[in-house]
Amino acid sequence: MAQVALRNVTKTYDETPAVRGIDLEISDKEFVVLVGPSGCGKSTTLRMIAGLEDITGGEILIGGELVNDVPPKDRDIAMVFQNYALYPHMTVFENMSFGLRLKKVAKDTIKARVENAAHILDISELLERKPKQLSGGQRQRVAMGRAIVRDPKVFLFDEPLSNLDAKLRVQMRTEMKRVHQKVRTTTIYVTHDQVEAMTLADRVVVMHAGLIEQVGAPNDLYHAPATKFVAGFIGSPAMNLVPCGLEEAGSGLLVRFTENIAFPVPDSRTARYRPHLGNAALLFGLRPEHILEQRPHMEPNQHAFEVTLEVTEPMGMDTLVYFTANGVEVCGRVSPNAGARAGARMRLVADLGNMHLIDDRTGKVL
Amino acid sequence: MAAQATLDRVAHAHHGSVRRDRRRALIWSYVFLLIFVIFFLTPPIYMFITSLKTSAEISTGSMPWWVSDPTLSNYVELLTSPIYLTFFRNSVMVALLVVVVTMLVSILAAFSLARMKFWGSATLATGVFLTYLIPDTLLFIPLFKIFAYLNELTGIEFINRWWILVIVYPTLTIPFCTWIMIGYFSSIPKELDEAALIDGAGYLQLLTKIFIPVALPGIIAATIFAFTVSWAQFLYPLAFTTSTDQLVLPVGIVTTLIKGDVFNWGQIMTGALLGAAPPLIIYAFLMDYYIAGLTAGATKG
Repeated sequence: MAQVALRNVTKTYDETPAVRGIDLEISDKEFVVLVGPSGCGKSTTLRMIAGLEDITGGEILIGGELVNDVPPKDRDIAMVFQNYALYPHMTVFENMSFGLRLKKVAKDTIKARVENAAHILDISELLERKPKQLSGGQRQRVAMGRAIVRDPKVFLFDEPLSNLDAKLRVQMRTEMKRVHQKVRTTTIYVTHDQVEAMTLADRVVVMHAGLIEQVGAPNDLYHAPATKFVAGFIGSPAMNLVPCGLEEAGSGLLVRFTENIAFPVPDSRTARYRPHLGNAALLFGLRPEHILEQRPHMEPNQHAFEVTLEVTEPMGMDTLVYFTANGVEVCGRVSPNAGARAGARMRLVADLGNMHLIDDRTGKVL
Repeated sequence: MAAQATLDRVAHAHHGSVRRDRRRALIWSYVFLLIFVIFFLTPPIYMFITSLKTSAEISTGSMPWWVSDPTLSNYVELLTSPIYLTFFRNSVMVALLVVVVTMLVSILAAFSLARMKFWGSATLATGVFLTYLIPDTLLFIPLFKIFAYLNELTGIEFINRWWILVIVYPTLTIPFCTWIMIGYFSSIPKELDEAALIDGAGYLQLLTKIFIPVALPGIIAATIFAFTVSWAQFLYPLAFTTSTDQLVLPVGIVTTLIKGDVFNWGQIMTGALLGAAPPLIIYAFLMDYYIAGLTAGATKG
């Protein structure tokens, strides 16, 4: 059990920077998820923590100890790979015990630890099988078992669920969370799937183009994104980002979309937004669930408008409606009983209480 | 009901046509297999028949495909002849040692070329294969010169010693075996080494505990190749060894059983058949294992 620290870590492949300076403190027993699109440097970062990639610059500490030049086997970590990387010629038991056998741990201890891990993961009946006789989900469990048996300081997961089908992925996600609650080891988990990141993490690290965009608890990232990238990346369907103008109206402010459509900014935010009055590159951000059908009683900060729907997608629990505003496709989430039909006019409500204002030039959320 | 019946009939007809296609394919495969079997088995069968004949019967040449007076005298004579047993022993020693040397060198070479990316490793890998493309007929004279020179330099007699073949054959076997093994090792997913490295394995343990077991089918294929090459090689032993007690089987049979212009056909055939036996046994024994290893998909994680 240990904390992990990254201090201005960089990685360059033949002049091409993959990771451009990362600072991150991970506390003991924490479950941290690195998330971002492919090529953002998240896997490289994980592999540098594992010791599988050299560090171009900066420092990595595991349990307070500088590990820049420590080989992987001496870092006391365990890693689970996307393709499981089980040893094909060994049984499940041999796979799980390989690390301990290399360390010449006593046979009884090995047996006890493997059986304990197998029990946690519910794979006790599979111990004598070979990897090729296992299903994808079972292989994934064995790969996790191999990590648990070693009882390392840190677990590293590199997109461990990407090779599973959708249903199994959801199931294994829950399973991983359950295992982490039982085993309580510091965990660093890499994924490109923001849903995985949101559901698993104590803290999510959003990465983009070799840099950290934002670090925070899943709900903080969702409700208070720091940058345009995070706003667009976290949440599905993605947050609507519509070009807008900001203008003064009496004591308050207005976000203006067209000649006819403008919404008053909630009073609580006017002070924050006032300095940006003259900014011509503003984006108005609002999540689909904050664009609803009009109801008899409107909450404060809710403002009605009328649009022609272009596409509707019934999801069962609610229906997604798409329309164009200021040349941008916008998505709303209405009740399935609201009678949304493609091609029809519909009155919708925007909940400005949850709005974001983004400076498109700096990419910062204001 | 009617629709269901039609559907059934369609399904049946379809099923029938698949079966007919399969049958036709099978018949043709058997026809061609039979042609090839006849083509390839005729010489050994002819050898076997001849080996059972006495010299007198062979010289009459009346019925080549029939033995009127079968005898085992050729076998008895060869197997009790010390000189034939010496050839056999030399061949076995050479083949075994060559296999050991080849596998030791090519497994290590292939592992480093496939996995430890170092400056020039890709060029080196191609170079290894290009070496194999140089025909041995071009090499035996330069090799001979090299050994003559080494003899002058060190005083050790290389020429006309059976063990010189253990030094010479690997120039034929190592390039090809290394090439096969590079292919096999490269097909092992990179994550497997990384998992093993994190599990605490060093490079040597990575090789012995992961790579060799996983690439076993490839290693067996390479072993068979090395054995076959060194067992059947004719040119090099002909050039490098001359004394009767230093000869290996293929050369020994030809040089000692042909006396002047007298061809002792019965014994030549017997000797060749007995000489072909060990590779045959090895193939028959290892082939099952080889194919089992391949079909098990051992390299799939």
